[in-house]
Amino acid sequence: MQIDLRTVAIKPLRNTFDHLVERFGDKPASRYQEGSYNIQQENIFHYRPAWDADSVLFDKKRTKIQMKDWYALKDPRQYYYGSYTIARARQQDAAESIFEMVEDRGLAELIPAEQKQIALDILVPMRHVEWGGNMGNAYISAYGYGTVITQACLYHSMDHLGVAQYLTRIGLVLDGPDALDKAKDDWMNGALWQPMRRHVENLLVLDDWFEIFVAQNLVLEGLSYPLFYDHLDSEFSANGATAVSMMTRFMGEWAGETAKWVDAQIKVAAAESPENKAQLSDWVKQYRSVTLDALTPIANRALGDKAAGVLEDVLSEFNARCAKLGLAV
Amino acid sequence: MSTVFIAFQTNEDTRPIVESILADNPHAVLDEQPAMVKINAEDKLVIRRESIEERIGRDFDLQELQVNLITISGHLDEDDDTFTLAWKN
Amino acid sequence: MDMQATKKKLGLKEKYAHMTRGLDWETTYQPKEKVFPQATFEGIKVHDWDKWEDPFRLTMDAYWKYQAEKERKLYAVLDAFAQNNGHLGLTDARYLSAVKLFLTGISPLEYMAHRGFAAAGRNFPGVGPRVACLMQSIDEVRHAQTQIHAMSNYNKFYEGFHAGASHQIERVWYLSVPKSFFDDAFSAGPFEWMIAIGFSFEYVLTNLLFVPFMSGAAYNGDMATVTFGFSAQSDEARHMTLGLECIKFMLEQDPDNLPIVQKWIDKWAWRGIRVLSLVATMMDYMLPKRVMSWKEAWEIYFEQNGGALFNDLAKYGIKVPDCIAQCTVDKEHLSHQLWLTLCTHGHAMGLHTWLPNAEEMDWLSAKYPNTFDKYYRPRFDKLQELADKGERFYANTLPMLCQVCQIPMLFTEPDDPTKICYRESEYKGEKYHTCSDGCKHIFDDEPEKYIQAWLPVHQVYMGNCWPEGTDPTAEGFHPLLKYLEWCHIENGKDNGDYEGSGDQANFAAWRGVATQNT
Repeated sequence: MQIDLRTVAIKPLRNTFDHLVERFGDKPASRYQEGSYNIQQENIFHYRPAWDADSVLFDKKRTKIQMKDWYALKDPRQYYYGSYTIARARQQDAAESIFEMVEDRGLAELIPAEQKQIALDILVPMRHVEWGGNMGNAYISAYGYGTVITQACLYHSMDHLGVAQYLTRIGLVLDGPDALDKAKDDWMNGALWQPMRRHVENLLVLDDWFEIFVAQNLVLEGLSYPLFYDHLDSEFSANGATAVSMMTRFMGEWAGETAKWVDAQIKVAAAESPENKAQLSDWVKQYRSVTLDALTPIANRALGDKAAGVLEDVLSEFNARCAKLGLAV
Repeated sequence: MSTVFIAFQTNEDTRPIVESILADNPHAVLDEQPAMVKINAEDKLVIRRESIEERIGRDFDLQELQVNLITISGHLDEDDDTFTLAWKN
Repeated sequence: MDMQATKKKLGLKEKYAHMTRGLDWETTYQPKEKVFPQATFEGIKVHDWDKWEDPFRLTMDAYWKYQAEKERKLYAVLDAFAQNNGHLGLTDARYLSAVKLFLTGISPLEYMAHRGFAAAGRNFPGVGPRVACLMQSIDEVRHAQTQIHAMSNYNKFYEGFHAGASHQIERVWYLSVPKSFFDDAFSAGPFEWMIAIGFSFEYVLTNLLFVPFMSGAAYNGDMATVTFGFSAQSDEARHMTLGLECIKFMLEQDPDNLPIVQKWIDKWAWRGIRVLSLVATMMDYMLPKRVMSWKEAWEIYFEQNGGALFNDLAKYGIKVPDCIAQCTVDKEHLSHQLWLTLCTHGHAMGLHTWLPNAEEMDWLSAKYPNTFDKYYRPRFDKLQELADKGERFYANTLPMLCQVCQIPMLFTEPDDPTKICYRESEYKGEKYHTCSDGCKHIFDDEPEKYIQAWLPVHQVYMGNCWPEGTDPTAEGFHPLLKYLEWCHIENGKDNGDYEGSGDQANFAAWRGVATQNT
């Protein structure tokens, strides 16, 4: 038996907003489309910024990258605020379960001392690198062009804060507040971390927001995440430190998801023009070498004599990824 | 003398919260409005996690207040057990 | 190692400090001034960022959790509203002028707030304010998008919504009032931004924007908007605490900050109050079922509530802005003066206007015993007389705008409601006009800034506001029609009187379908 619910049928006058009809045709638009297209003002501004008197409030000149239509850089995940927070809430629920289990059952005490020390020496100082990622993406969200990319970069900035907080929590679980103090000391003064800290600080003074996007979201994350959350993660699991692996589950999944978004931006921007392709490729080459230099001592500490081989794998995967995106690196 | 207040959406989740606040703050005054319940108090209002937990029968994180909160007035101080609004004159 | 000590549970404050402040560090490879280039140019002195007190100590995982819960609830209501033709529950479709005003005039500001808070969230050297500002930035994305989503259903059935967010706010003459407010704030530095938006707008004046629109929605059957309103309110509670903490922090860091902060409060209270004239007219004239008068709202939300706040700030030396005295007089006049201008320029509006009926005029008389019958009823009577004769009056020109607030020069002298208030300033050989002492003061303090304003009416008269390829010498050229076309205002559909409009006819027809059998 079929149940046919009837509501009063009233015919709408139109399917969606004009600018969405123009872009996508005369049909109902998705929530992502409604919330993301043609939101940022583009043409008329009342006052020049006190903080950048040669530009207008939203200015295409703030990057060397040029696009005919900045809305071509859409997010394949189609994250608007609602879908973003709901997705992350599910992930945090899983992460929360894991942390509760580790804390309640004292699983941190079962981690072999050597593995625990690697986690403390490598993962906890990484929270400061994450903080740099938060700051860089906040900059893009403020000064970038077009709602589709600036919105996504704000989510990315908040995600970095979230990851930094999970790493903080891992430190607290493994060794209490002392872990955080030691990691801070390593970050500020330890030989292992100075090349990375110098690199992160250099990113904090860049002007070109797309350059930050490439250096941080593509290169730094594209090299460090596979290193820590794939390769190092396997070592943790293989050596009795499953609890660490569990506590970093969020990061591993997150890295895979965000890489798809980053790829989509780079691919479209590179395909737009030979000039964009050349600029993006130059940035990748420049930042790839300095990032690898920064990661090498850290990888050595994390992986010992496996480090060189792993770095080679990570690098070749990264290069293959860039080639697929249409870059010449 | 200055009034602090807190206002919540009127629904089943906030009923025990409002009860707890009124029980813990004898000087507080209830102000029921369409779809909203407001609690006014002179100088200070303290919300206790324990009082709410007693009424709802489960653990309660004070940050859950966010879900149904409408507005507040006064300086806020928050810790694990209490959520306090006060004017520091 | 003492296992007990490591297992001791960290309190909320301490844990939060580790989760936020602990992440930051004093850079050594790059100088602080390069990492934070906007930290000092406004003259605000900060000696110790650690003195910042985090109001709501929300970690990201808690943020995601609670915000997702709110989103799920909100969208369930929006979906139900759409599925069940909830719009037919409106008191009447005149109400939608308020919603159109909101979508075209306020939602774009939520987006601007997002960008401005992202900037503040990068530019303050202190971690505490940065995290709080970034959370506000992402909240504002929420507000912009949930508003668009809530109002999207109305776009499918009614006129005046179709042009979407950014096109009209850049071009339409009355929308430059809210636009210029946020352009002004975003073009300032991060400290002024916080006083302008974080404090003045999101704390002092927020109830005068939010409550009228949301209550108006509740009273007129707009479940979509009222649900958005309730859902957004707890975000607003966090924003209010940020604004309050910001001003307290600035005032406590150095006594030299006091005159700068006072100047900003004076400026932004006035600019904000001027923008709120649109809300005043909405409350008194656009809501078929009225909530309260603007006068009443002002008395409750500013005169009473604001009192407690300024008493608290007095200990730092902050005074109530001078312009506020004028508001006590203005509250009885604003809404009427503005509506008279809007409905006599109704052909140039992107939403419907109309003349108040007898019952509505009696409500206005009762709410405004000192002013309505004396100054405004006779004018509405005259307009109604003309309309009854088929000569509904529309002005043939666009009104001159104030150089600062960009509202038409329609407000009167505080001591004489029959005299339009004109103030004049000369700068670099040009004359500039402002609508009030408050706006003149703002102009005279920063003339280099305000002479840059792109005043829509002036631009129209300069021939800068027509679609590309328009030929003003062509046969039948009509400058207003071309301006409407450029603004994407559909002549005959979006504009004009509600009486005889498509919205009126459709609403009645659909209500008929929903409630009758033949």
